[in-house]
Amino acid sequence: MIRAGAQALWSHWARHRLQLLVVIIGLALATGLWTGVQAINAEARVSYDRAASALGQTNLQQITRADGPLRLADFVALRRAGWLVSPIAQGGLRGTGLEVLGFDPFTAPQGAAVPDLRGAGDLSAFLVPPGVVFVHPETVGRLPDGLPPARVLDTIAPGRLVTDLSIAMQLLRSDTLSSIIVLENQPQGRTPLSDLDASYMLSAPSEGSDIARLTDSFHLNLTAFGLLSFAVGLFIVHAAIGLAFEQRRVLFRTLRALGLPQRALVGLLAAEAFVLATVGGSLGIVLGYVVAAALLPGVAATLSGLYGASVSGSLSLSPIWWLTGFVMAYIGAAAAAGSSLWQLSRLPILAPAMPRAWARANARTARIQAFGGLGLLTAALILGVAGDGLVAGFACLAALLLGAALLVPTALTLIIRGLSRFGTGVVTRWVWADTRQQIPALSLALMALLLALSANVGVSTMVGSFRGTFIGWLDQRLASDLYVTTRTPAEAAAFQDFVADDVHAILPIISADITLGGTPGEVFGIKDHATYRDHWPLLEGAPDVWDRVAAGTGVLVNEQLARRDDLWTGATLTLAPDWRMQIVGVYSDYGNPAGQAIIGYDTFSARFPDISPLRFAISADAPAALRDRIVMDFGLPPDNTINQEEVKAFSLEVFEQTFLVTRALNVLTLGVAGFALWASLTTVATMRLPQLAPVWALGLTRRHLATLEMGRALVLALLTAVLAVPVGLGLAWVLLAIVNVEAFGWRLPMQVFPWDWAQLLLWALVGAALAAALPMRSIAKLPPSELLKVFAHAR
Amino acid sequence: MELLHATDVSKSFETGEGPLQVLRGVSLSLTAGTSLALTGESGSGKSTLLYLIGGLDVPDAGHIRIAGTDIAGLDDPGRAALRRGTVGVVFQQFNLIPSLDVAANLAFHARLSGRHDAAWTAHLAERLGLSALLSRFPEQLSGGQQQRVAIGRTLAAKSELVLADEPTGNLDEATGDAVMDLLLELVSETGAGLLMVTHSMRLAARLDRQVGLRAGVIA
Repeated sequence: MIRAGAQALWSHWARHRLQLLVVIIGLALATGLWTGVQAINAEARVSYDRAASALGQTNLQQITRADGPLRLADFVALRRAGWLVSPIAQGGLRGTGLEVLGFDPFTAPQGAAVPDLRGAGDLSAFLVPPGVVFVHPETVGRLPDGLPPARVLDTIAPGRLVTDLSIAMQLLRSDTLSSIIVLENQPQGRTPLSDLDASYMLSAPSEGSDIARLTDSFHLNLTAFGLLSFAVGLFIVHAAIGLAFEQRRVLFRTLRALGLPQRALVGLLAAEAFVLATVGGSLGIVLGYVVAAALLPGVAATLSGLYGASVSGSLSLSPIWWLTGFVMAYIGAAAAAGSSLWQLSRLPILAPAMPRAWARANARTARIQAFGGLGLLTAALILGVAGDGLVAGFACLAALLLGAALLVPTALTLIIRGLSRFGTGVVTRWVWADTRQQIPALSLALMALLLALSANVGVSTMVGSFRGTFIGWLDQRLASDLYVTTRTPAEAAAFQDFVADDVHAILPIISADITLGGTPGEVFGIKDHATYRDHWPLLEGAPDVWDRVAAGTGVLVNEQLARRDDLWTGATLTLAPDWRMQIVGVYSDYGNPAGQAIIGYDTFSARFPDISPLRFAISADAPAALRDRIVMDFGLPPDNTINQEEVKAFSLEVFEQTFLVTRALNVLTLGVAGFALWASLTTVATMRLPQLAPVWALGLTRRHLATLEMGRALVLALLTAVLAVPVGLGLAWVLLAIVNVEAFGWRLPMQVFPWDWAQLLLWALVGAALAAALPMRSIAKLPPSELLKVFAHAR
Repeated sequence: MELLHATDVSKSFETGEGPLQVLRGVSLSLTAGTSLALTGESGSGKSTLLYLIGGLDVPDAGHIRIAGTDIAGLDDPGRAALRRGTVGVVFQQFNLIPSLDVAANLAFHARLSGRHDAAWTAHLAERLGLSALLSRFPEQLSGGQQQRVAIGRTLAAKSELVLADEPTGNLDEATGDAVMDLLLELVSETGAGLLMVTHSMRLAARLDRQVGLRAGVIA
């Protein structure tokens, strides 16, 4: 019995292979983009964890100084006081994008993910100059000349060099430690920390790495796009499975009339959905792997540029993401088939079994859908105005998109009803009436199209606004012509004398690591100069902001810090337990995830007497000639002098990389929506004969009918694209005003780009024309015998 | 042997204007190997009575015993088993499975009931003039051919009681007569009972007995 029933149900797919393909491709696309994003996220998180846990920093306490950096003397003092601690020197290797991590093999915690040095000669090679650097296989090709010999180790995070502490400090050209970690099981009787030095602070182990926390928002953005693609893919699956149920209503009645129990029928259809989901999900996971492998290098570059996070550029097969891919495929199939199965399980055998040609959306359903859409848009408005936090931002986005999508059929029906008043010819009136009747059948595809087009408008508006603001900001911020890095304080002093006659201004760039609002940040000291007064991009400030900074009575903070800790002009910033200053202004600081403060140069020097400037910003009449002199006559390596253009080019490159993946996902989502439209038009075309045959019989040619079908598809796509523009602008506003502020810590003014919308409308029309081409062709070539069957009651 | 015994069967449907009483205490019976025509105007309740007897719906009141089993006491799986094993329905709209070819459609009910007999099915195909059409799909057949497949499907399952709902209603007179001849011949050959709903007195006269329904009661 079950076998015969299954055979009858499956025979439908054998006779409707295109429909089967649509379901499987829909599931594969939905699962694929979701899985691809998950694979990228999983790979990035593995890299963060590997980087963060190298020396157990994520689960051990650390000692820091409130008044400045730690030095080796601090480590020695702590050991002598009985503390079991281990020093770490960590920082960027200048000009390479690589990170150096130095540790002490004698005191490093046991079990830490550090190289095993127990082999013969390993320890001495590690300690005795030139030493050894351990690197991930991917990092080998990026190593500059002049480093100690490299050894390859898979467990090292990509982009990181692990070496002995003293060698690390040499490479970093630093005499300070980045942290001192406190081992577990400390001995009794050790000197209390506060007795040793009042500025020592014991910080609790952090859950997860700083990088993981910083990049959470970025990954949440990716996940949101993955979910959007999944939703668009689900529209396809829902439409195709819904159609298959509608087409088989008579079959279901026949099967039950012939004795197949209702439970068996529902079970068989559930099994069918399971098999489809397994096949579609498998293909989707393969597709997701391909998408992830293609996008991962871009993501790695973005994360490196934006957050300084190193992520492996190659993908590993993790069971977690492919298992979640299957789960999503099953959820998708259940969502698509669930309502139909539920209806079927409650349907009496003798319920009307006439196929209603996908147009189940009767007036009542349409009304409920429209009210639902209005309700969601209202919820989006409330969340947008009163909501707080990233979750509220994404909930606002979801409500906006879903609400707008639900309103599409009603909006299109109303628009077409309005347009139909302008047509007077009999054919024109029929076309409008018929188009209106077709909307329920195409509504799912049109909703998917609206989602994809809105996302496109929203994301391109966000990126465009970002680019415009960012370029202007770079011009302000990078006002000097050259940026020079000297190697020692003595060289810095000599350099200032060397260039004194050739420059308008030589401004030291000097900074110290500091804790701001409980998290690591930086404080900069700046000279009082017109370069800052005229160009520095202040978002707000007291009237005498620069005078107060110069006088040491005020501090500037970056937007990230201001938003994170709600510290605006007039508030007091704590820079150390005994050091508080009033905030006199807030400046924009795009691309920097950490908090930052700016104080006067003299105040800085008084507070950090050991730090002398090594970097300088220079304004000169002939920067190119001066750069040559600095290299040729003063003898600084070429890489130590960069001009403003290079910095801008690099910054813009980082910027472009940042949104590369977002744009790629955007295009893929648009492709999925195009496929949805094609699938809907193709399947609907096979059910159009009862509507087309009478008109054909009354004198319209098949070619004429096909042309009208194409026109109908273009009008619907155009109207949907027009509706997508305001939805997309709403989306952009939510992204710029809520999501990005929460994710990155800054807010940008929104700009609009009507030319981009015009291009998008054009693309929507091209997409619709391509989607309608095949169905149109099949109508134009339809044999008259097929049309005649409508009148012969043989269908 | 009494194959069907219906007693005081009533059925009503909810409509916008309140309940509509379709059957009011109908009783009838049928023995194996005999045929009965149920006639009446449109809306007289004859199709409703057929569906109740076929276990496709349940009566509001009364009893229907088929081969000794009171189907009013059966749950949904029980009624499904009755339709698989004892009763076969020939619909006016044929209700073939469009995605299966003629051979698979012919064997379908028999396979569902676990009584597939390839030789018997081939014999039926031969008798019904379908041997040359076995690889065709329903959409490639004429109305008369489709109805012959529907009859073959029911008889292939060796149902004890064949219910036919206006089996020639969608066919022209000549084709209808030919289909009717085959139905009566084959039912007689199998020894099944036949209950046929029709509004044609001419066709009804060809069956052993005739019962008329008017406004939900036996006329």
